[in-house]
Amino acid sequence: MSVRNYLRPERLPTYWCPGCGDGLVITSMAEVFEELHCDEKNTVLVSGIGCAARAPGYFTLESVHGLHGRAVPIAEGIKIVRPELNVVIISGDGDLLGIGLNHLIHASRRDTDIKVICIDNQIYGMTGGQKSPTTALGVKTLTSPEGNTDRPVDCQALIKAHNSFYARATTFHLPLLKKAIRAAMEHRGFAMVDVRSQCPVNYGRRLGYRNAYEMLMHFKQHYKPVKGVVDRLAHDEIGITSENPKSQIQNPNSA
Amino acid sequence: MNKVVALTGNEAAAEAMRQINPDVVAAYPITPQTELMHKFSDFVADAVVKTEMILVESEHSAMSACIGACAAGARVMTATSANGLAFMWEVVYIAASLRLPIVMTVVNRALSGPINIHCDHSDTMGCRDSGWIQLYGENPQEAYDNIIQAIRIAEHPDVRLPVMPTFDGFIISHTLERLEILSDEEVGKFIGAWKPVHPLLDIAHPVTYGPLDLQDYYFEHKKGQAEAMKRAKGVVLAVGKEYGALSGREYGFFEEYKTRDAEQIILCLGSASGTVKSVVDGLREKGRRTGVLKLRMFRPFPAEEILSAIGHAKSIAVLDRAEGFSGLGGPLFPEVRSALYGRSDAKVINYVYGLGGRDLSPEMILSVFDDLEEGRITDREAVHLGVRI
Repeated sequence: MSVRNYLRPERLPTYWCPGCGDGLVITSMAEVFEELHCDEKNTVLVSGIGCAARAPGYFTLESVHGLHGRAVPIAEGIKIVRPELNVVIISGDGDLLGIGLNHLIHASRRDTDIKVICIDNQIYGMTGGQKSPTTALGVKTLTSPEGNTDRPVDCQALIKAHNSFYARATTFHLPLLKKAIRAAMEHRGFAMVDVRSQCPVNYGRRLGYRNAYEMLMHFKQHYKPVKGVVDRLAHDEIGITSENPKSQIQNPNSA
Repeated sequence: MNKVVALTGNEAAAEAMRQINPDVVAAYPITPQTELMHKFSDFVADAVVKTEMILVESEHSAMSACIGACAAGARVMTATSANGLAFMWEVVYIAASLRLPIVMTVVNRALSGPINIHCDHSDTMGCRDSGWIQLYGENPQEAYDNIIQAIRIAEHPDVRLPVMPTFDGFIISHTLERLEILSDEEVGKFIGAWKPVHPLLDIAHPVTYGPLDLQDYYFEHKKGQAEAMKRAKGVVLAVGKEYGALSGREYGFFEEYKTRDAEQIILCLGSASGTVKSVVDGLREKGRRTGVLKLRMFRPFPAEEILSAIGHAKSIAVLDRAEGFSGLGGPLFPEVRSALYGRSDAKVINYVYGLGGRDLSPEMILSVFDDLEEGRITDREAVHLGVRI
């Protein structure tokens, strides 16, 4: 099966704006699916609501386009009934790290064997550019015209709190993105790939980026790939974190 | 003094909110309500309002924050659409049960699934039993007027219930129209200074909101809520009359358009009524006695008044922009037929139209009036207008 077989050319052009990073992510996913022989018999896609959540519609794999914030419990439901399937979520930061954040924390706590690809563009893109849970401090959006005053969600800290798999990549560093998705797919248990992506139309444009290329160059300059596997990534690092042994939490009531 | 402006429905709603200048607004983005909050965010950033705005992580949190803020003694507003309203569900009921006069604009949109962002009334119709007063607007002018009146209605001591002014997503929310707005001073004077009732942290008069209420008093509290809803009718009329004296635009429970001598009448909500009125005008020129009753207030339901207004008709079509999945059509229909039951000889027929933003054309309305006149449709089953199956 070639990469092209994973995508539905009859659905092109995509719904996404020119320069959107979502297409780079789904291409990387398709490449990994091909390498790992994921197909319509063993892999399903799940998404919530938002631009990124439209991604499953461009794959030939079967999928559930759920409701806002609930991709994780839907995926958990599928995994319970069909444990042999690869269950892969692809959704955005507003969906996974905002309205549905509690589910992400609990699925990582339970170490449910689902894979989460979060396309984080730091904005509610589909609704036109409101600040999202990952919008950086001081950034101007349509709902923070004076600059964002809320600190962004620290996704890594939440996932690593339960020693679950966490990797971070960007849409500029495509070999690393592919490597991270592959490592997540091969990991047994909960795995999260946090992909920094660009929204040139409803985010970058308003911040002075003239096009998607300039946003990608920002990723190139700002994010430093780390070699090998590290315990924790600094805020400007990308790479794969180590899967620590599951912590043995003592029962506080035991002697 | 009215000032003529051109605004979309969302902008008109944001303008009303600017003039009301609430203490707290909590919101979450959802299409087609988002532009309303963009505009209001600008007002907050420019400090033209003194509102504390919280951009929360979900609609469930938005309504919860509104409840907390209102109980703490603030004048509180928010806005949402469709799934945002659905996600608020349990807290929407709590706002009404705690008798908190929150005003929430709902920009009507089809409730998923499958996901659809265009207009129908399935979102607010699902809320019809939540204990909120519902006012449906036809155009940006009514969106603006209803929001200002909603504050007065909600906060009236005889009512103390939350109010949901609504208008149709995209058709009204994104359409630029001419409207007349009042001056800031007039609005401020009309709504009056906010006086918190039983606020939290009033140490001399301590209160608890929402404690466990079992077989002992729950029933009494629910009856109290039902009685307040009945009293709201008088308040809605009084506020509508006072608003009319101020603005020249008086509001009641509904608008009667050429219904007095009409034999065939369409009853509908929201933007559809504009199209129906133009069809009625055309038919009147041909001598056909048709009319439209545009319902503005769906909750509380003005049953007696509807009977007086249209009970004389030979046949009535109730247009529902929501499917009730009862097998009997939409949610507006059974209420209208119950209002007329045993007291009117009119044949009442249900039409479900415009789901998910499907256009309602003048030809479709014409076909409804033809159906009514020729008596060829049974009143035992709803007709789905403009559907391909």
